Amino acid sequence: MSQYAIEIRGLSHDYEPLHPAVHDVTLSLRQGTWVAICGQNGAGKTTMVKHLNGLLKPTSGAVMVDGLDTRQASVAELARHVGFVFQNPDHQIFCATCREEISFGPRNLGEPDKVIHARTEEALAWFDLVPYAEHPPALLSYGQRRLVALAAVLAMQPSILVLDEPTVGLDAASAEGLLQRIQDIHRRGCTIVLVTHDIALAARYAQEMVIMAQGRVLLHDRTRPVLAQPEILQRADLEPPQITHLCQSLSHLGLPKDATTVQEAAKAILAQLRRLP
Amino acid sequence: MALAELANVAYAYPPLAPGLPSPVVLRDVSLRVEAGEFVALMGRTGAGKSTLCMCLNGVVPQSTGGRLTGAISVLGHDPRQVPTARLAREVALVYQDAECQLIMPTVEEEVAFGPGNLGIDRAEIAERVAWALRLVGIEELCHRPPSQLSGGQMQRVAIAANLAMLPRLLILDEPFAGLDPAGRRQVANAICRLRAEREIAVLLATTNAEIAAETADRIAILDDGCIALDSPPADAFAHTEIIAKTGVGRPSVTELAAALNRELGTAYAWTTLPQARDDLERLLLPGRPA
Repeated sequence: MSQYAIEIRGLSHDYEPLHPAVHDVTLSLRQGTWVAICGQNGAGKTTMVKHLNGLLKPTSGAVMVDGLDTRQASVAELARHVGFVFQNPDHQIFCATCREEISFGPRNLGEPDKVIHARTEEALAWFDLVPYAEHPPALLSYGQRRLVALAAVLAMQPSILVLDEPTVGLDAASAEGLLQRIQDIHRRGCTIVLVTHDIALAARYAQEMVIMAQGRVLLHDRTRPVLAQPEILQRADLEPPQITHLCQSLSHLGLPKDATTVQEAAKAILAQLRRLP
Repeated sequence: MALAELANVAYAYPPLAPGLPSPVVLRDVSLRVEAGEFVALMGRTGAGKSTLCMCLNGVVPQSTGGRLTGAISVLGHDPRQVPTARLAREVALVYQDAECQLIMPTVEEEVAFGPGNLGIDRAEIAERVAWALRLVGIEELCHRPPSQLSGGQMQRVAIAANLAMLPRLLILDEPFAGLDPAGRRQVANAICRLRAEREIAVLLATTNAEIAAETADRIAILDDGCIALDSPPADAFAHTEIIAKTGVGRPSVTELAAALNRELGTAYAWTTLPQARDDLERLLLPGRPA
Protein backbone atom coordinates (compact mmCIF):
# COMPACT_ATOMS: atom_id res chain seq x y z
CA MET A 1 0.00 0.00 0.00
CA SER A 2 1.05 3.57 -0.63
CA GLN A 3 2.88 5.41 2.17
CA TYR A 4 0.26 8.09 1.71
CA ALA A 5 -3.01 7.91 3.62
CA ILE A 6 -4.46 10.60 1.40
CA GLU A 7 -3.57 11.58 -2.16
CA ILE A 8 -5.36 14.48 -3.78
CA ARG A 9 -4.55 15.05 -7.46
CA GLY A 10 -5.68 18.13 -9.34
CA LEU A 11 -8.90 18.35 -7.33
CA SER A 12 -11.41 21.03 -8.30
CA HIS A 13 -14.92 21.39 -6.99
CA ASP A 14 -17.62 23.82 -8.09
CA TYR A 15 -20.92 24.10 -6.18
CA GLU A 16 -22.15 26.31 -8.96
CA PRO A 17 -20.49 27.41 -12.20
CA LEU A 18 -18.11 30.38 -11.76
CA HIS A 19 -17.80 29.79 -8.00
CA PRO A 20 -15.06 27.16 -7.71
CA ALA A 21 -14.73 26.40 -4.00
CA VAL A 22 -11.59 24.31 -4.51
CA HIS A 23 -9.29 24.87 -7.45
CA ASP A 24 -6.66 22.43 -8.73
CA VAL A 25 -5.41 21.13 -5.39
CA THR A 26 -2.68 18.50 -5.29
CA LEU A 27 -1.66 17.21 -1.91
CA SER A 28 -0.15 14.01 -0.47
CA LEU A 29 -0.47 13.27 3.23
CA ARG A 30 1.62 10.54 4.83
CA GLN A 31 0.14 7.71 6.85
CA GLY A 32 0.13 8.63 10.56
CA THR A 33 0.81 12.33 10.13
CA TRP A 34 -1.08 15.12 11.86
CA VAL A 35 -1.82 17.86 9.38
CA ALA A 36 -3.63 21.14 9.96
CA ILE A 37 -5.57 22.65 7.05
CA CYS A 38 -5.64 26.40 7.66
CA GLY A 39 -7.28 29.23 5.78
CA GLN A 40 -9.77 32.05 6.04
CA ASN A 41 -13.56 31.62 5.99
CA GLY A 42 -14.58 30.42 2.55
CA ALA A 43 -11.06 29.33 1.57
CA GLY A 44 -12.33 25.87 0.62
CA LYS A 45 -11.12 23.92 3.66
CA THR A 46 -14.40 22.19 4.42
CA THR A 47 -15.14 21.60 0.73
CA MET A 48 -11.77 19.92 0.29
CA VAL A 49 -12.06 17.60 3.29
CA LYS A 50 -15.63 16.61 2.41
CA HIS A 51 -14.00 14.77 -0.52
CA LEU A 52 -12.08 12.55 1.88
CA ASN A 53 -15.14 10.57 2.93
CA GLY A 54 -16.89 10.86 -0.42
CA LEU A 55 -19.56 13.34 0.72
CA LEU A 56 -18.50 15.40 -2.25
CA LYS A 57 -17.20 14.00 -5.52
CA PRO A 58 -14.58 15.88 -7.52
CA THR A 59 -15.78 18.13 -10.34
CA SER A 60 -12.38 17.21 -11.76
CA GLY A 61 -9.29 15.49 -10.42
CA ALA A 62 -9.15 12.53 -8.04
CA VAL A 63 -8.91 11.74 -4.34
CA MET A 64 -7.42 8.48 -3.03
CA VAL A 65 -7.96 7.49 0.60
CA ASP A 66 -6.12 4.43 1.95
CA GLY A 67 -5.73 3.45 -1.71
CA LEU A 68 -9.47 3.75 -2.44
CA ASP A 69 -10.60 6.05 -5.24
CA THR A 70 -13.40 8.13 -3.68
CA ARG A 71 -15.11 8.43 -7.06
CA GLN A 72 -15.79 4.69 -6.99
CA ALA A 73 -15.96 3.80 -3.30
CA SER A 74 -19.31 4.24 -1.53
CA VAL A 75 -19.67 6.59 1.42
CA ALA A 76 -20.33 3.53 3.62
CA GLU A 77 -17.11 1.88 2.49
CA LEU A 78 -15.13 5.07 3.06
CA ALA A 79 -16.67 5.41 6.53
CA ARG A 80 -14.63 2.39 7.63
CA HIS A 81 -11.47 4.34 6.87
CA VAL A 82 -12.36 7.96 7.48
CA GLY A 83 -14.02 9.32 10.62
CA PHE A 84 -15.48 12.76 10.06
CA VAL A 85 -16.40 15.21 12.80
CA PHE A 86 -18.39 18.08 11.33
CA GLN A 87 -18.09 21.73 12.23
CA ASN A 88 -21.67 21.69 13.51
CA PRO A 89 -22.23 18.71 15.85
CA ASP A 90 -25.97 18.87 15.24
CA HIS A 91 -25.38 17.71 11.68
CA GLN A 92 -24.38 14.29 12.89
CA ILE A 93 -26.21 13.73 16.16
CA PHE A 94 -29.63 12.13 15.98
CA CYS A 95 -30.04 9.29 18.50
CA ALA A 96 -32.23 9.44 21.62
CA THR A 97 -29.36 9.03 24.10
CA CYS A 98 -25.63 9.61 24.10
CA ARG A 99 -24.99 5.90 24.58
CA GLU A 100 -27.08 5.01 21.51
CA GLU A 101 -25.41 7.77 19.54
CA ILE A 102 -21.96 6.41 20.24
CA SER A 103 -22.86 2.77 19.59
CA PHE A 104 -24.59 3.63 16.31
CA GLY A 105 -21.39 3.68 14.23
CA PRO A 106 -19.82 0.40 15.33
CA ARG A 107 -23.25 -1.28 15.09
CA ASN A 108 -23.54 -0.17 11.47
CA LEU A 109 -20.10 -1.56 10.76
CA GLY A 110 -21.52 -4.94 11.87
CA GLU A 111 -19.25 -5.27 14.91
CA PRO A 112 -20.23 -7.95 17.48
CA ASP A 113 -22.22 -6.74 20.51
CA LYS A 114 -19.28 -7.24 22.85
CA VAL A 115 -17.08 -4.96 20.77
CA ILE A 116 -19.84 -2.36 20.39
CA HIS A 117 -20.37 -2.32 24.13
CA ALA A 118 -16.66 -2.09 24.96
CA ARG A 119 -16.01 0.74 22.51
CA THR A 120 -19.10 2.68 23.55
CA GLU A 121 -18.25 2.53 27.24
CA GLU A 122 -14.62 3.40 26.52
CA ALA A 123 -15.65 6.43 24.44
CA LEU A 124 -18.15 7.59 27.08
CA ALA A 125 -15.48 7.38 29.77
CA TRP A 126 -12.83 9.06 27.62
CA PHE A 127 -14.91 12.13 27.05
CA ASP A 128 -16.35 12.33 30.58
CA LEU A 129 -19.79 11.58 29.19
CA VAL A 130 -20.69 8.74 31.56
CA PRO A 131 -23.03 10.96 33.63
CA TYR A 132 -24.85 11.87 30.40
CA ALA A 133 -24.95 8.38 28.87
CA GLU A 134 -28.74 8.17 29.09
CA HIS A 135 -29.38 11.87 28.33
CA PRO A 136 -30.65 13.02 24.94
CA PRO A 137 -27.62 14.68 23.27
CA ALA A 138 -29.88 17.48 22.05
CA LEU A 139 -30.22 18.75 25.61
CA LEU A 140 -26.49 18.97 26.29
CA SER A 141 -24.52 22.17 25.72
CA TYR A 142 -23.03 22.86 22.29
CA GLY A 143 -19.55 21.98 23.52
CA GLN A 144 -20.75 18.76 25.08
CA ARG A 145 -22.61 17.82 21.89
CA ARG A 146 -19.31 18.25 20.08
CA LEU A 147 -17.72 15.72 22.43
CA VAL A 148 -20.58 13.30 21.75
CA ALA A 149 -20.04 13.66 17.99
CA LEU A 150 -16.32 12.99 18.38
CA ALA A 151 -16.87 10.04 20.71
CA ALA A 152 -19.31 8.53 18.21
CA VAL A 153 -16.81 8.83 15.38
CA LEU A 154 -13.95 7.40 17.41
CA ALA A 155 -15.99 4.37 18.39
CA MET A 156 -15.69 3.36 14.72
CA GLN A 157 -11.88 3.31 15.06
CA PRO A 158 -11.12 4.99 11.75
CA SER A 159 -7.55 5.05 10.37
CA ILE A 160 -8.03 8.67 9.28
CA LEU A 161 -9.77 11.21 11.47
CA VAL A 162 -11.01 14.46 9.92
CA LEU A 163 -11.92 17.19 12.40
CA ASP A 164 -13.56 20.36 11.11
CA GLU A 165 -12.96 23.19 13.63
CA PRO A 166 -13.27 20.79 16.59
CA THR A 167 -12.54 23.27 19.39
CA VAL A 168 -14.93 26.03 18.35
CA GLY A 169 -17.23 26.69 21.29
CA LEU A 170 -15.13 24.74 23.79
CA ASP A 171 -13.57 26.36 26.86
CA ALA A 172 -9.78 26.31 27.20
CA ALA A 173 -9.73 23.30 29.52
CA SER A 174 -12.17 21.23 27.41
CA ALA A 175 -10.33 22.15 24.21
CA GLU A 176 -7.08 21.05 25.81
CA GLY A 177 -8.68 17.82 27.04
CA LEU A 178 -10.09 17.16 23.58
CA LEU A 179 -6.73 17.67 21.91
CA GLN A 180 -4.94 15.47 24.43
CA ARG A 181 -7.32 12.68 23.46
CA ILE A 182 -6.81 13.32 19.78
CA GLN A 183 -3.09 13.14 20.48
CA ASP A 184 -3.56 9.71 22.07
CA ILE A 185 -5.45 8.58 19.00
CA HIS A 186 -2.68 9.96 16.82
CA ARG A 187 -0.10 7.99 18.80
CA ARG A 188 -2.03 4.82 18.01
CA GLY A 189 -1.20 5.50 14.37
CA CYS A 190 -4.28 7.37 13.21
CA THR A 191 -3.78 10.04 10.53
CA ILE A 192 -5.27 13.33 11.75
CA VAL A 193 -6.62 16.02 9.43
CA LEU A 194 -7.47 19.10 11.49
CA VAL A 195 -9.34 21.90 9.73
CA THR A 196 -8.94 25.17 11.57
CA HIS A 197 -8.19 28.86 11.27
CA ASP A 198 -6.75 28.77 14.77
CA ILE A 199 -3.07 28.82 14.01
CA ALA A 200 -2.16 28.67 17.71
CA LEU A 201 -3.97 25.37 17.96
CA ALA A 202 -2.40 24.05 14.77
CA ALA A 203 1.05 25.15 15.89
CA ARG A 204 0.84 23.23 19.13
CA TYR A 205 -0.29 19.92 17.75
CA ALA A 206 0.11 19.55 14.00
CA GLN A 207 3.29 18.22 12.40
CA GLU A 208 2.45 19.72 9.02
CA MET A 209 0.38 22.64 7.84
CA VAL A 210 -1.48 23.31 4.63
CA ILE A 211 -2.32 26.96 4.06
CA MET A 212 -5.30 27.58 1.76
CA ALA A 213 -6.69 30.75 0.24
CA GLN A 214 -9.41 31.17 -2.35
CA GLY A 215 -9.69 27.47 -3.04
CA ARG A 216 -5.97 26.93 -3.62
CA VAL A 217 -3.10 25.56 -1.57
CA LEU A 218 -0.54 28.32 -0.95
CA LEU A 219 1.87 26.25 1.08
CA HIS A 220 2.31 22.74 2.48
CA ASP A 221 5.25 22.22 4.80
CA ARG A 222 6.23 21.25 8.34
CA THR A 223 4.62 23.46 10.96
CA ARG A 224 7.58 25.49 12.13
CA PRO A 225 8.82 26.69 8.73
CA VAL A 226 5.25 27.69 7.87
CA LEU A 227 4.93 29.80 11.03
CA ALA A 228 8.18 31.58 10.27
CA GLN A 229 6.59 32.99 7.08
CA PRO A 230 4.21 35.67 8.33
CA GLU A 231 3.74 36.99 4.79
CA ILE A 232 2.17 33.71 3.62
CA LEU A 233 -0.14 33.64 6.64
CA GLN A 234 -1.09 37.23 5.92
CA ARG A 235 -1.92 36.38 2.31
CA ALA A 236 -4.33 33.80 3.66
CA ASP A 237 -5.78 36.31 6.18
CA LEU A 238 -4.40 34.24 9.04
CA GLU A 239 -2.61 35.41 12.14
CA PRO A 240 0.19 33.56 13.88
CA PRO A 241 -0.39 32.57 17.53
CA GLN A 242 -0.22 35.55 19.92
CA ILE A 243 3.17 34.45 21.27
CA THR A 244 4.63 33.97 17.77
CA HIS A 245 3.20 37.31 16.71
CA LEU A 246 4.74 39.03 19.76
CA CYS A 247 8.19 37.54 19.13
CA GLN A 248 7.99 38.40 15.42
CA SER A 249 7.16 42.01 16.27
CA LEU A 250 10.31 42.07 18.41
CA SER A 251 12.58 40.18 16.02
CA HIS A 252 14.63 43.36 15.54
CA LEU A 253 15.59 42.97 19.21
CA GLY A 254 16.79 39.40 18.72
CA LEU A 255 13.66 37.31 19.39
CA PRO A 256 13.05 34.26 17.16
CA LYS A 257 10.40 34.37 14.41
CA ASP A 258 9.15 30.84 15.03
CA ALA A 259 8.57 30.65 18.80
CA THR A 260 5.22 29.00 19.46
CA THR A 261 5.11 28.46 23.24
CA VAL A 262 5.29 30.73 26.27
CA GLN A 263 8.30 28.72 27.53
CA GLU A 264 10.21 29.25 24.28
CA ALA A 265 9.46 32.96 24.29
CA ALA A 266 10.47 33.38 27.95
CA LYS A 267 13.71 31.47 27.33
CA ALA A 268 14.56 33.62 24.31
CA ILE A 269 13.83 36.84 26.22
CA LEU A 270 15.99 35.78 29.17
CA ALA A 271 18.83 34.71 26.84
CA GLN A 272 18.62 38.03 25.04
CA LEU A 273 18.72 39.91 28.37
CA ARG A 274 21.92 38.10 29.36
CA ARG A 275 23.49 39.18 26.10
CA LEU A 276 22.79 42.84 26.78
CA PRO A 277 25.73 44.86 28.16
CA MET B 1 -30.39 52.38 36.16
CA ALA B 2 -28.30 49.76 34.41
CA LEU B 3 -29.26 48.89 30.85
CA ALA B 4 -29.50 45.25 31.85
CA GLU B 5 -29.43 43.90 35.34
CA LEU B 6 -29.83 40.47 36.89
CA ALA B 7 -30.12 40.03 40.64
CA ASN B 8 -30.05 36.61 42.29
CA VAL B 9 -31.29 34.91 39.16
CA ALA B 10 -31.81 31.15 39.25
CA TYR B 11 -33.02 28.99 36.40
CA ALA B 12 -33.78 25.31 35.91
CA TYR B 13 -34.76 23.80 32.54
CA PRO B 14 -37.86 21.61 32.55
CA PRO B 15 -37.14 17.95 33.39
CA LEU B 16 -35.91 15.81 30.46
CA ALA B 17 -38.78 13.40 31.09
CA PRO B 18 -41.61 13.25 33.63
CA GLY B 19 -40.23 12.12 36.97
CA LEU B 20 -36.64 13.23 36.24
CA PRO B 21 -35.14 16.18 38.12
CA SER B 22 -35.02 19.64 36.50
CA PRO B 23 -31.47 20.48 35.35
CA VAL B 24 -30.42 23.55 37.34
CA VAL B 25 -28.18 25.77 35.19
CA LEU B 26 -28.16 29.11 36.99
CA ARG B 27 -28.13 29.19 40.80
CA ASP B 28 -27.49 32.74 41.87
CA VAL B 29 -26.44 35.13 39.13
CA SER B 30 -26.11 38.86 39.66
CA LEU B 31 -24.73 40.95 36.81
CA ARG B 32 -25.06 44.53 35.55
CA VAL B 33 -24.40 45.85 32.07
CA GLU B 34 -24.44 49.63 31.62
CA ALA B 35 -25.16 51.52 28.39
CA GLY B 36 -22.05 51.62 26.21
CA GLU B 37 -20.35 48.90 28.21
CA PHE B 38 -18.69 45.78 26.79
CA VAL B 39 -18.83 42.76 29.09
CA ALA B 40 -17.30 39.38 28.26
CA LEU B 41 -19.02 36.37 29.76
CA MET B 42 -16.63 33.47 30.19
CA GLY B 43 -16.85 30.02 31.75
CA ARG B 44 -16.39 26.39 30.84
CA THR B 45 -18.47 24.49 28.29
CA GLY B 46 -21.87 23.81 29.85
CA ALA B 47 -21.47 26.55 32.49
CA GLY B 48 -24.72 28.19 31.38
CA LYS B 49 -23.39 31.08 29.24
CA SER B 50 -25.92 30.52 26.46
CA THR B 51 -28.75 30.08 28.96
CA LEU B 52 -27.84 33.37 30.62
CA CYS B 53 -27.80 35.11 27.22
CA MET B 54 -31.28 33.79 26.49
CA CYS B 55 -32.60 35.05 29.84
CA LEU B 56 -31.94 38.56 28.57
CA ASN B 57 -34.08 38.33 25.42
CA GLY B 58 -36.86 36.34 27.06
CA VAL B 59 -36.36 33.12 25.10
CA VAL B 60 -35.62 31.65 28.54
CA PRO B 61 -38.17 30.91 29.93
CA GLN B 62 -40.79 31.99 27.35
CA SER B 63 -39.82 29.40 24.73
CA THR B 64 -37.88 26.93 26.85
CA GLY B 65 -40.21 26.62 29.85
CA GLY B 66 -38.63 25.84 33.19
CA ARG B 67 -38.42 27.92 36.34
CA LEU B 68 -36.76 31.34 36.33
CA THR B 69 -36.59 33.26 39.62
CA GLY B 70 -34.90 36.45 40.77
CA ALA B 71 -35.01 39.97 39.35
CA ILE B 72 -34.22 40.72 35.70
CA SER B 73 -34.49 44.10 34.08
CA VAL B 74 -33.57 44.72 30.46
CA LEU B 75 -34.09 48.28 29.22
CA GLY B 76 -36.65 48.66 31.97
CA HIS B 77 -38.59 45.52 31.07
CA ASP B 78 -38.83 42.21 32.84
CA PRO B 79 -38.19 39.78 29.94
CA ARG B 80 -40.69 37.36 31.53
CA GLN B 81 -43.50 39.90 31.27
CA VAL B 82 -42.95 41.29 27.76
CA PRO B 83 -43.43 39.34 24.51
CA THR B 84 -40.06 38.31 23.02
CA ALA B 85 -41.06 40.10 19.80
CA ARG B 86 -41.27 43.36 21.73
CA LEU B 87 -37.83 42.82 23.31
CA ALA B 88 -36.38 41.98 19.90
CA ARG B 89 -36.77 45.64 18.95
CA GLU B 90 -33.99 46.55 21.35
CA VAL B 91 -32.22 43.34 22.27
CA ALA B 92 -30.41 41.34 19.60
CA LEU B 93 -28.95 37.91 20.19
CA VAL B 94 -26.55 36.25 17.75
CA TYR B 95 -26.83 32.58 18.57
CA GLN B 96 -23.85 30.28 18.72
CA ASP B 97 -25.17 28.14 15.88
CA ALA B 98 -25.50 30.79 13.18
CA GLU B 99 -27.01 28.33 10.75
CA CYS B 100 -30.09 27.79 12.91
CA GLN B 101 -31.14 31.41 12.62
CA LEU B 102 -30.79 31.79 8.84
CA ILE B 103 -34.09 31.25 7.06
CA MET B 104 -34.25 33.41 3.93
CA PRO B 105 -33.26 32.50 0.35
CA THR B 106 -30.57 35.18 -0.01
CA VAL B 107 -28.17 36.98 2.30
CA GLU B 108 -29.74 40.32 1.45
CA GLU B 109 -33.26 39.14 2.35
CA GLU B 110 -31.91 37.52 5.49
CA VAL B 111 -30.49 40.79 6.76
CA ALA B 112 -33.63 42.69 5.69
CA PHE B 113 -35.91 40.25 7.53
CA GLY B 114 -35.56 41.73 11.02
CA PRO B 115 -36.02 45.41 10.12
CA GLY B 116 -38.85 44.36 7.76
CA ASN B 117 -40.65 42.85 10.72
CA LEU B 118 -40.27 46.08 12.64
CA GLY B 119 -42.36 47.76 9.91
CA ILE B 120 -39.57 50.04 8.78
CA ASP B 121 -39.92 51.57 5.32
CA ARG B 122 -38.19 49.99 2.36
CA ALA B 123 -35.67 52.70 1.67
CA GLU B 124 -34.38 52.60 5.21
CA ILE B 125 -34.27 48.80 5.21
CA ALA B 126 -32.14 48.85 2.06
CA GLU B 127 -29.85 51.37 3.71
CA ARG B 128 -29.51 49.31 6.88
CA VAL B 129 -28.85 46.12 4.90
CA ALA B 130 -26.07 47.71 2.87
CA TRP B 131 -24.59 49.24 6.01
CA ALA B 132 -24.66 46.00 8.03
CA LEU B 133 -23.20 43.90 5.21
CA ARG B 134 -20.41 46.43 4.77
CA LEU B 135 -19.69 46.44 8.51
CA VAL B 136 -19.04 42.71 8.59
CA GLY B 137 -17.37 42.68 5.18
CA ILE B 138 -19.71 40.50 3.12
CA GLU B 139 -21.25 42.93 0.60
CA GLU B 140 -20.19 40.64 -2.24
CA LEU B 141 -22.24 37.74 -0.84
CA CYS B 142 -25.54 39.65 -0.83
CA HIS B 143 -27.25 37.62 -3.57
CA ARG B 144 -25.95 34.21 -2.46
CA PRO B 145 -28.13 31.71 -0.57
CA PRO B 146 -26.90 31.54 3.06
CA SER B 147 -27.08 27.74 2.92
CA GLN B 148 -24.25 27.68 0.37
CA LEU B 149 -21.87 29.76 2.43
CA SER B 150 -19.06 28.52 4.64
CA GLY B 151 -19.57 28.29 8.41
CA GLY B 152 -17.70 31.53 9.08
CA GLN B 153 -19.55 33.39 6.34
CA MET B 154 -22.90 32.26 7.77
CA GLN B 155 -21.80 33.59 11.12
CA ARG B 156 -21.16 36.99 9.57
CA VAL B 157 -24.61 36.95 7.96
CA ALA B 158 -26.18 36.26 11.36
CA ILE B 159 -24.21 39.11 12.91
CA ALA B 160 -25.19 41.50 10.09
CA ALA B 161 -28.85 40.51 10.46
CA ASN B 162 -28.73 41.40 14.14
CA LEU B 163 -26.85 44.66 13.59
CA ALA B 164 -29.49 45.74 11.07
CA MET B 165 -31.99 45.79 13.94
CA LEU B 166 -29.95 48.62 15.52
CA PRO B 167 -30.27 47.06 18.98
CA ARG B 168 -29.42 48.86 22.24
CA LEU B 169 -28.21 45.62 23.77
CA LEU B 170 -26.24 43.30 21.50
CA ILE B 171 -25.67 39.80 22.86
CA LEU B 172 -23.20 37.63 21.02
CA ASP B 173 -22.92 33.96 21.92
CA GLU B 174 -19.44 32.79 20.87
CA PRO B 175 -19.68 34.75 17.60
CA PHE B 176 -16.00 34.84 16.76
CA ALA B 177 -15.44 31.15 17.17
CA GLY B 178 -16.01 30.30 13.53
CA LEU B 179 -14.45 33.46 12.13
CA ASP B 180 -10.96 33.73 10.70
CA PRO B 181 -8.68 36.31 12.35
CA ALA B 182 -9.30 38.94 9.67
CA GLY B 183 -13.06 38.50 9.98
CA ARG B 184 -12.82 38.53 13.74
CA ARG B 185 -10.91 41.79 13.74
CA GLN B 186 -13.33 43.31 11.25
CA VAL B 187 -16.41 42.30 13.23
CA ALA B 188 -14.85 43.25 16.58
CA ASN B 189 -13.89 46.67 15.20
CA ALA B 190 -17.37 47.17 13.80
CA ILE B 191 -18.91 46.33 17.17
CA CYS B 192 -16.52 48.62 19.04
CA ARG B 193 -17.32 51.44 16.62
CA LEU B 194 -21.06 50.93 17.03
CA ARG B 195 -20.64 50.93 20.73
CA ALA B 196 -18.87 54.27 20.66
CA GLU B 197 -21.27 55.85 18.15
CA ARG B 198 -24.56 54.59 19.55
CA GLU B 199 -23.74 53.74 23.13
CA ILE B 200 -24.93 50.19 22.60
CA ALA B 201 -24.10 47.71 25.33
CA VAL B 202 -22.46 44.43 24.35
CA LEU B 203 -22.49 41.11 26.16
CA LEU B 204 -20.09 38.66 24.57
CA ALA B 205 -20.12 35.02 25.63
CA THR B 206 -16.76 33.58 24.70
CA THR B 207 -14.19 30.99 25.70
CA ASN B 208 -11.40 32.93 23.98
CA ALA B 209 -9.37 34.76 26.63
CA GLU B 210 -7.36 36.76 24.09
CA ILE B 211 -10.46 38.21 22.45
CA ALA B 212 -12.07 38.91 25.82
CA ALA B 213 -8.94 40.74 26.98
CA GLU B 214 -8.77 42.83 23.81
CA THR B 215 -12.40 43.86 23.61
CA ALA B 216 -14.08 43.85 27.01
CA ASP B 217 -14.28 46.44 29.77
CA ARG B 218 -15.09 43.69 32.22
CA ILE B 219 -14.86 39.93 32.34
CA ALA B 220 -17.56 38.01 34.19
CA ILE B 221 -16.87 34.33 34.80
CA LEU B 222 -19.78 31.96 35.20
CA ASP B 223 -19.08 28.85 37.23
CA ASP B 224 -21.36 26.37 38.96
CA GLY B 225 -24.36 28.61 38.24
CA CYS B 226 -22.88 31.72 39.88
CA ILE B 227 -20.70 34.64 38.80
CA ALA B 228 -17.33 33.61 40.24
CA LEU B 229 -15.55 36.79 39.22
CA ASP B 230 -16.49 40.13 37.65
CA SER B 231 -13.70 42.63 37.04
CA PRO B 232 -11.60 44.39 34.37
CA PRO B 233 -9.38 42.03 32.30
CA ALA B 234 -6.05 42.78 34.02
CA ASP B 235 -7.59 42.15 37.40
CA ALA B 236 -9.62 39.13 36.29
CA PHE B 237 -6.66 37.28 34.75
CA ALA B 238 -4.59 37.95 37.87
CA HIS B 239 -6.92 35.70 39.88
CA THR B 240 -4.99 32.57 38.92
CA GLU B 241 -6.89 30.25 41.26
CA ILE B 242 -10.34 31.22 40.04
CA ILE B 243 -9.12 31.18 36.45
CA ALA B 244 -7.82 27.63 36.88
CA LYS B 245 -10.87 26.43 38.81
CA THR B 246 -13.34 27.75 36.24
CA GLY B 247 -11.58 26.27 33.20
CA VAL B 248 -11.03 29.68 31.63
CA GLY B 249 -7.69 30.17 29.88
CA ARG B 250 -5.47 33.23 30.06
CA PRO B 251 -4.04 35.15 27.10
CA SER B 252 -0.57 33.78 26.25
CA VAL B 253 0.98 37.19 26.96
CA THR B 254 -0.42 36.97 30.50
CA GLU B 255 1.26 33.56 30.89
CA LEU B 256 4.46 35.02 29.50
CA ALA B 257 4.32 37.90 31.98
CA ALA B 258 3.95 35.40 34.84
CA ALA B 259 6.92 33.35 33.58
CA LEU B 260 9.12 36.46 33.33
CA ASN B 261 7.98 37.80 36.70
CA ARG B 262 9.13 34.56 38.33
CA GLU B 263 12.59 34.88 36.77
CA LEU B 264 13.11 38.63 36.92
CA GLY B 265 11.10 39.67 39.95
CA THR B 266 9.17 42.08 37.73
CA ALA B 267 5.45 42.84 38.02
CA TYR B 268 4.25 42.67 34.42
CA ALA B 269 0.50 42.19 34.05
CA TRP B 270 -0.09 42.05 30.30
CA THR B 271 -3.41 41.01 28.85
CA THR B 272 -2.92 42.23 25.28
CA LEU B 273 -0.12 42.01 22.73
CA PRO B 274 0.59 45.78 22.46
CA GLN B 275 1.12 46.02 26.24
CA ALA B 276 3.62 43.14 26.14
CA ARG B 277 5.38 44.52 23.06
CA ASP B 278 5.84 47.99 24.56
CA ASP B 279 7.26 46.70 27.85
CA LEU B 280 9.52 44.15 26.15
CA GLU B 281 10.81 46.76 23.73
CA ARG B 282 11.92 48.85 26.69
CA LEU B 283 13.37 45.80 28.45
CA LEU B 284 15.35 44.51 25.48
CA LEU B 285 16.55 47.78 24.00
CA PRO B 286 20.37 47.92 24.26
CA GLY B 287 21.59 50.73 26.49
CA ARG B 288 18.47 50.68 28.65
CA PRO B 289 18.91 52.21 32.09
CA ALA B 290 19.81 49.49 34.61
